[in-house]
Amino acid sequence: MSTAVPAAAQPRQTPVAAAVSRSRIRPSRLILPAYAHLVILWLFAPIFVMMVFGFNDTHGKFNFTWAGFTLRWFMHPFGIPTLTSAALTSLWTALTATLISTSLGTMLALASHRYDFRGKTILNSVLIMNIAASEVVVGSALLTLFVTYGVGLGYVTIVLAQVMFTIPFVAITVGARLAGTDPALEEAAQDLGATPVVTFFLITLPVIFPGVLAAALLALAISLDDYVITSFVAGNTQTFPLWVFGATREGVPPQVNVIGTLIFTFGVLVAVGGAVYRSWSVRRLARETGFQSR
Amino acid sequence: MAVGTATVRRPALTTRWGRALAPYLLIFPGVAWLLIFFLFPLLTLAVTSLMSGDFVAGFQFTWNFNNYTYGLGLYATQYSHSLEYGASATLIAFLLAYPAAYWIAFHAGPRKSAYLLIILLPFFVSFVLRTLSWETLMGDDGPILGPLKSAHLIPSDFRVLATPIAVTFGLAYTFFPYMLLPIYASLEKIDRRLIEAAEDLFANRVEVFRRVIFPLSIPGVFAGVLLTGIPATADFVNQTLLGGAGTTMIGRVIEQQFEVSANYPLASALAFVFMLGLLAMLLLYQRLFGTDELVRAR
Repeated sequence: MSTAVPAAAQPRQTPVAAAVSRSRIRPSRLILPAYAHLVILWLFAPIFVMMVFGFNDTHGKFNFTWAGFTLRWFMHPFGIPTLTSAALTSLWTALTATLISTSLGTMLALASHRYDFRGKTILNSVLIMNIAASEVVVGSALLTLFVTYGVGLGYVTIVLAQVMFTIPFVAITVGARLAGTDPALEEAAQDLGATPVVTFFLITLPVIFPGVLAAALLALAISLDDYVITSFVAGNTQTFPLWVFGATREGVPPQVNVIGTLIFTFGVLVAVGGAVYRSWSVRRLARETGFQSR
Repeated sequence: MAVGTATVRRPALTTRWGRALAPYLLIFPGVAWLLIFFLFPLLTLAVTSLMSGDFVAGFQFTWNFNNYTYGLGLYATQYSHSLEYGASATLIAFLLAYPAAYWIAFHAGPRKSAYLLIILLPFFVSFVLRTLSWETLMGDDGPILGPLKSAHLIPSDFRVLATPIAVTFGLAYTFFPYMLLPIYASLEKIDRRLIEAAEDLFANRVEVFRRVIFPLSIPGVFAGVLLTGIPATADFVNQTLLGGAGTTMIGRVIEQQFEVSANYPLASALAFVFMLGLLAMLLLYQRLFGTDELVRAR
């Protein structure tokens, strides 16, 4: 509606003095940014290699040396049936685990931030312990549990494990969102006669939804990527990371690089899209309300 | 049947009893899950570690402490490799992450979140795949060493793979975000007025950093050290792909004892000792710094 830009939204004029001092940059001031950019380069080096070797025209079993450019792996990214089914197993186990752990973790966060109960401190310590626990220890402990009680290893045990190690991440992420919201909204709804369940679905959930979504994405990413714990409880079932790790002995086919590149591209699009959307909605909010945060 | 008075039936959960019960109902499924699949397995791990027997004939509980003495004696080298590589990787990750986090927090200006996102992007790629790429990159005739060798700048038998250096750098890379994020979080929330105050009191840049910024970032540094150090010490993927026969770490031994030798009691004893060591470190940390920082850092 409003077309006039409020004064607060206009960029501040850079003081002349600051501009002058900035024009005389000492060489020592360049060391730190150079270092930071080198670190970023280091972080991207293996990603770059992964992408490039997806185009490698290799004919042997191993994909370690450059043999020319080809698109044939990109034409048939799902040409290896066992790899494709491993990727699908990864997707289904991780999605199931995410659904369960997002529900359970959100409930934990809700209890922690909206109620008082006995053992809250213990619960928080257990969550921290879970995050800090070594995967090798947790994986072997779970394996001894399943072996002791004769539980067959496979799809179900993978989901059980993935829910277990993603619950704390969900509880903490959703908890952070809950801590920043005003409980007065919920109290108002309850004063107007809404039951706690109705209040949750009509008020609390819409308010904390960005946090819940972020938590679910985090849980999904952690589950999809997990190698160590999953390898202990998978039995003969293969997930994507397990298949790739198993293939290292006989040589990893370039299709793995192709799938990796596709996942990376998807992740980048989601992350960049999310960031752009956020800054866009912040700007829209600023335009509509004439208010600018920071 | 109250006649005459307009009674509103209050839903069960808004009564006093309901209010007291609600949190327990909310936490029940999550707590049950963590009890059964996180805490209880640690007990079965301890019990299994005291068993004897073999996979074919079955294992019996016999208070077999031999697993511990035997295992510790046999794999002392692998335990020390784990500590050594884990500690070096943590140090390298710190040396790389701190300046980068510092620069982003204080000098990246409006592009702060963009830089943070860029730094996290590589970690969208599966961890096994990233490690595999390092294997390609550091390979004996790979994109770096290959050209150097054909130009005769380095001897042809020079190698990085299968050395502790490759393993250590692989570990530092894998767990880098766990170091950077807590450090960044603690630097970012430092009150800028404290820095201005120090400058007003004629502190130079080095002094501001040494006496104001660094001390205030220490909680983040310790959270980073913990979150990097624990997984780096236990990891066996980096060591398997980037290391050689002489660099075996305890995580690999435990995995092999479970998956290949099926010697569950010995493997459990090795894992349990490892867990006790880490727990001791964690308790020390909690004593010194509390757990608040750890929760917020994530």
